[in-house]
Amino acid sequence: MSLRKPYEQSYFPPVPTKLTKFFRTNFIYQLFRFIIINIKMLRMVRKH
Amino acid sequence: MARLLILGAGIAGQTAALHAKHKLGTKHEIVVVSPNSKWNWIPSNIWVGTGYMKPEQVTFELKPVYDKKEILFHQAKAVSIHPEGDKSISKPFVTIEYTSSDKKGIIEKITYDYLINATGPKLNFDATKGLGPERNSLSVCTYSHAAQTAVALKESIQRMKKGESQTFLIGTGHGNCTCQGAAFEYLFNLEFELRRQKVRDKARLIWISNEFELGDFGIGGMFIKRGGYITHSRIFTESLYTERGIEWIVQSHVKEVMDGETVYENLSGEEKSVKHNFAMLLPPFSGVGLKAFNKNDDDITSDLFAPNGFMIVDGDYTKKPYEQWNPSDWPETYQHPKYKNIFAAGIAFAPPHSISKPMTNPNGTPIFPTPPRTGMPSGVMARQIAYNISDMIKGKSDVPTRKASLAKMGAACIASAGANFFRGTAVSMTIYPIIPDFNKYPDTGRDISYTTGEIGLAGHWIKHFLHYAFIYKAKANPFWRIVPE
Repeated sequence: MSLRKPYEQSYFPPVPTKLTKFFRTNFIYQLFRFIIINIKMLRMVRKH
Repeated sequence: MARLLILGAGIAGQTAALHAKHKLGTKHEIVVVSPNSKWNWIPSNIWVGTGYMKPEQVTFELKPVYDKKEILFHQAKAVSIHPEGDKSISKPFVTIEYTSSDKKGIIEKITYDYLINATGPKLNFDATKGLGPERNSLSVCTYSHAAQTAVALKESIQRMKKGESQTFLIGTGHGNCTCQGAAFEYLFNLEFELRRQKVRDKARLIWISNEFELGDFGIGGMFIKRGGYITHSRIFTESLYTERGIEWIVQSHVKEVMDGETVYENLSGEEKSVKHNFAMLLPPFSGVGLKAFNKNDDDITSDLFAPNGFMIVDGDYTKKPYEQWNPSDWPETYQHPKYKNIFAAGIAFAPPHSISKPMTNPNGTPIFPTPPRTGMPSGVMARQIAYNISDMIKGKSDVPTRKASLAKMGAACIASAGANFFRGTAVSMTIYPIIPDFNKYPDTGRDISYTTGEIGLAGHWIKHFLHYAFIYKAKANPFWRIVPE
């Protein structure tokens, strides 16, 4: 399935590069993101 | 001894019951009325709908938990509220009708000193012709609906494995739906499951929604700082749909769902249709249809409830244009303005207006999302109400002192986009405040340092962890209070 057909709705949005997609499921990098996201969420919880 | 009566045992009702019990102990009585015998962690129903989880994994029996905590539980539905009592009972009471098999249909009056209405919504499938699991579309709103959807998905996958092509239509089944987030999660988990089953090439996936643009989610979307730009969630959402090869139809009000075809009208007023083999369309919500009567048995339903059936609380319900909306319109204590011993929590309270800008097509059909009230804010408001009532019962205060306005509250949200420990992903979002404040944040409506979003495997881990953490908490297991709302 081609993502990019001229002037159709899928023609315009940005799509992730291979590297971006790699990091989305890279175990080590995501362990780091797990900590960061939890800090962000705890920061939000503390505002209540 | 005072009696706190709680209607509903969902996220808000359960949170209120446990916190009130913790504060009031055995000196006062907590009574919960819910038509369901089971508690359901609704955010995981989307995983039941794809077959990733079984209904038993997202539910548990309520009665043993309440027995353990010495909370009185009636498996019944509330029928009417009598805030002044009636000619025979001087105290305020609620009429309930039992739904349990042993007492089914029996009517009873339960008096109260304080009442929390946490009934959640009525799933208003009747608002759209042909909508709903008993008609021509599927749902993931309840665990039983989700289980039915999983069976239908399994059949579709079998057909694709035999070489047939299938079109899936996922989204909202009415112009005033909320919960776009749940439909979004189902869509992306479905897409993930189709890839896992190696039939993705046989499937056409179409999103249909009442949002003005993708990424609205009923909160007017949100702005995120990323890559040197402050970018609207529309861009990220369109990117994800494009990456996964999903088509989208927005600005749409579904008029009728037929067997294999859905008719909708859009904001331009055009009527169109889309054919499909599988449709999972969420219904609009309304109040559960509670009535209210004064001591003379006159109907005062309109004093307690807005026309959509949700309970009137301390918000500003004056009709005004979008440009005049203010964060102060939103309720802070969720106390009824006349009957001060009545509160509403979670989806049961009437929002003063939507969060997304209201839009109407040339035919006069309103097409815009109504405000979502997700688990985190529902839990926070339920906890604050329980604490306020505890203080009032103990004589510490005559008025509610703790506030939980959505205009001063943030939310964290995890939207699953595929469930797998190594290959799954989820969108992790935080927003602050939930209600945009364009006076304080003129450009974006929200604090950009607290409003974030990213997609990745870590989000899936968090969503999975929260699934177990919140069920642990709802079961009132040891140290349950450590788990935040």
